[in-house]
Amino acid sequence: MSSDPILKVEDVQVSFPVGGFGRRNSILGVAGVSFEVNRGETFALVGESGSGKTTLARAVNGLQEISAGSITFEDQRIDELDPRAMKPVRKRMSMMFQDPVGSLSPRMTVGDLVTEPFRIHGIEGRNLRDEAERLLTLVGLPTSFDSRFPHQLSGGQARRVGVARAIALDPALIIADEPTAGLDVSVQGEVLNLLNDLRERLGLAMVIITHNLHVVHHVADRTAVMYLGRFVEAGETEEVFSAPQHPYTAALLSANPEPDPDKTHDRITLPAEVPSLLARPSGCEFHTRCPWAQSQCSFDAPERHVTDERVIACHFPLAPGARPPEQKESVLS
Amino acid sequence: MTTLRIDNLNVSFSTEAGPLHALKNVSFDVPENRIVGIVGESGCGKSTLINAILGLLADNGSIDGGSILFEGQDELTSLPSSRMRDLRGPRIATVFQDPMGALNPVISVGKQMLNIQYRSTLSKDEKMNRAVEMLELVRIPDARAALARYPHQFSGGMKQRIAIAMALMMEPALLIADEPTTALDATLEVTTIELLKDLQQKIGCSVMFISHHLGVIAELCDDVVVMYAGEVVERGTVRQIFQDPRHPYTARLLECDPARQSERTRHLPTIPGEIPDLRARPAGCIFANRCDLVSDACSAPPPDKDIGDGHVARCIIADCPEETGVTA
Ligand SMILES: Nc1ncnc2c1ncn2[C@@H]1O[C@H](COP(=O)(O)OP(=O)(O)OP(=O)(O)O)[C@@H](O)[C@H]1O
Ligand SMILES: Nc1ncnc2c1ncn2[C@@H]1O[C@H](COP(=O)(O)OP(=O)(O)OP(=O)(O)O)[C@@H](O)[C@H]1O
Ligand code: SF4
Ligand code: SF4
Ligand SMILES: [Mg+2]
Ligand SMILES: [Mg+2]
Repeated sequence: MSSDPILKVEDVQVSFPVGGFGRRNSILGVAGVSFEVNRGETFALVGESGSGKTTLARAVNGLQEISAGSITFEDQRIDELDPRAMKPVRKRMSMMFQDPVGSLSPRMTVGDLVTEPFRIHGIEGRNLRDEAERLLTLVGLPTSFDSRFPHQLSGGQARRVGVARAIALDPALIIADEPTAGLDVSVQGEVLNLLNDLRERLGLAMVIITHNLHVVHHVADRTAVMYLGRFVEAGETEEVFSAPQHPYTAALLSANPEPDPDKTHDRITLPAEVPSLLARPSGCEFHTRCPWAQSQCSFDAPERHVTDERVIACHFPLAPGARPPEQKESVLS
Repeated sequence: MTTLRIDNLNVSFSTEAGPLHALKNVSFDVPENRIVGIVGESGCGKSTLINAILGLLADNGSIDGGSILFEGQDELTSLPSSRMRDLRGPRIATVFQDPMGALNPVISVGKQMLNIQYRSTLSKDEKMNRAVEMLELVRIPDARAALARYPHQFSGGMKQRIAIAMALMMEPALLIADEPTTALDATLEVTTIELLKDLQQKIGCSVMFISHHLGVIAELCDDVVVMYAGEVVERGTVRQIFQDPRHPYTARLLECDPARQSERTRHLPTIPGEIPDLRARPAGCIFANRCDLVSDACSAPPPDKDIGDGHVARCIIADCPEETGVTA
């Protein structure tokens, strides 16, 4: 699929122990995911909340141990590295966290926060005040902000501080978990344009996780859609958006709210119950909510097909513009 | 009756470099049984407004004037803190941008949901059932089992839905929601909006709904308040704001929505320029340094122009739509 991958994720699983009272159980937060990201490419991860996007991002960044699979970054296996060996890798791959305020230590000033990456990596010979000024300007914050503490920032300002930290060391790959949540559309545009400029100038690759499908449509080269810890569909963004083949993708795209109070929505509604990871549905894991489910779907898990650059896990891929047969109650197993 | 009436509210923070005027002459109503959306620039003072309502301004913040009247009787700017504590939660509930603000990381979800009901006369079992019912309403799988789990064991989106369930459990008169759907995927976001609408009608409460997602605002809200740099620059019904915006900031904001870009573009539209330093507010129009339509007359504070039917905009040319260059 690709020519020059900077990141290669193969069959990665992440399991979490759960339960008490001596019962030892585990759930798969990520249940076998493979993808590649090329240099200079923007790869979007979208999907159900709780589908494992953050867990997958943390695994790639070495913050979360994986239970199976492999992760290769710049031709080096990184999933087995100990924290010491991981440190230089983190210079090349930075992470923007989902929670903007919570991920900033409350007792550090903005100036200290944006230059912390230099101190963590022991980079000397730079004037940290100048660096703070450069970074704050780059993300559109007044330099007078360097003496502020996180609680004195609005959500959007905290987010920009997060971007400044992520780009401080000129990484080759940025993993951005909801980089524009909490930003107004103008500042959101600024942050995305900034990341895009860096991508063009430095050949930066990006993995962007977001629920904002309008954003994904504009900025991502390829998009993968997650459901219960797996990719149900992945492909070129344009194609996935114009002709979703997996029913979950189609439902997701049809739900996207539009800024028009008089818009009538022709939505594909899904039954409410999101299955538990403790009791994954049999067969196709989406069959409990899928408007197109057939009886085969309840016991026979679809293989992942790869056709024309599209990855899809469904027995009955949708034709473009397909509508649900009728909005029926789900076929419960 | 108006659930919440905010009149000429002014709030400032003291900072090393002098006072920061975070809210200036803010006025609007949250009528009974209506959902009022608040939109605006990041940092325009939405959270400050909420904190002022709740009596939770940071230590360096103060209310310098104006009034916040709740249910026609409680003046929140001067309410004794004991009375405020009684209102906060049962009568004025909140859901914040960051669900961890509402959730205690070291207490199980079930225990927290029981604690909220401490005033209720229900038995412990009934309270538990009520908690399960609320979690099911917001689509937490295995609701009963979820009660025994701790917040970190849920995804970001699940935590947000749990926070919504907790806020609505006591059937408040006013729900203040600060970006409650930001962490949800589109299908859950739409479901949550519909759910909020349903619950709002069932409970008969009013909602103040803050969001940067203009699509969600358009779909959910009855009225919209547009804020910029601590001022309400425009307010009206959702159709007035989205289809006939009269303040140049509102028009520019709507144009920046990536949802309005029909062609796929790597370079998204933005509003050039910076928000002014709130410690040194300009004497005239707050948007003047970024406004394409600025003229000499804008160096005096612009009046709140009444365009009719409750539509108000703080701009000298708000009553001449042909001049605002607005493309709705
Ligand atoms: N430390 C943990 N222990 C147990 N379960 C966990 C833990 N962290 C995450 N999970 C579970 O793993 C699943 C995936 O969570 P994750 O946070 O990766 O989802 P997500 O796709 O990022 O969701 P969102 O869009 O809501 O942020 C969820 O079911 C979550 O409850
Ligand atoms: N405790 C404080 N001390 C000093 N300044 C503050 C304090 N709290 C907020 N501010 C400033 O007041 C202004 C309004 O902040 P507020 O958090 O209310 O914005 P917001 O509209 O909620 O933004 P966002 O959309 O990003 O959440 C910002 O300029 C912010 O930096
Ligand atoms: S395999 Fe069946 S249940 Fe699964 S997504 Fe396809 S049609 Fe729906
Ligand atoms: S008052 Fe003047 S500067 Fe302000 S928004 Fe109107 S035209 Fe622009
Ligand atoms: Mg997440
Ligand atoms: Mg805020």
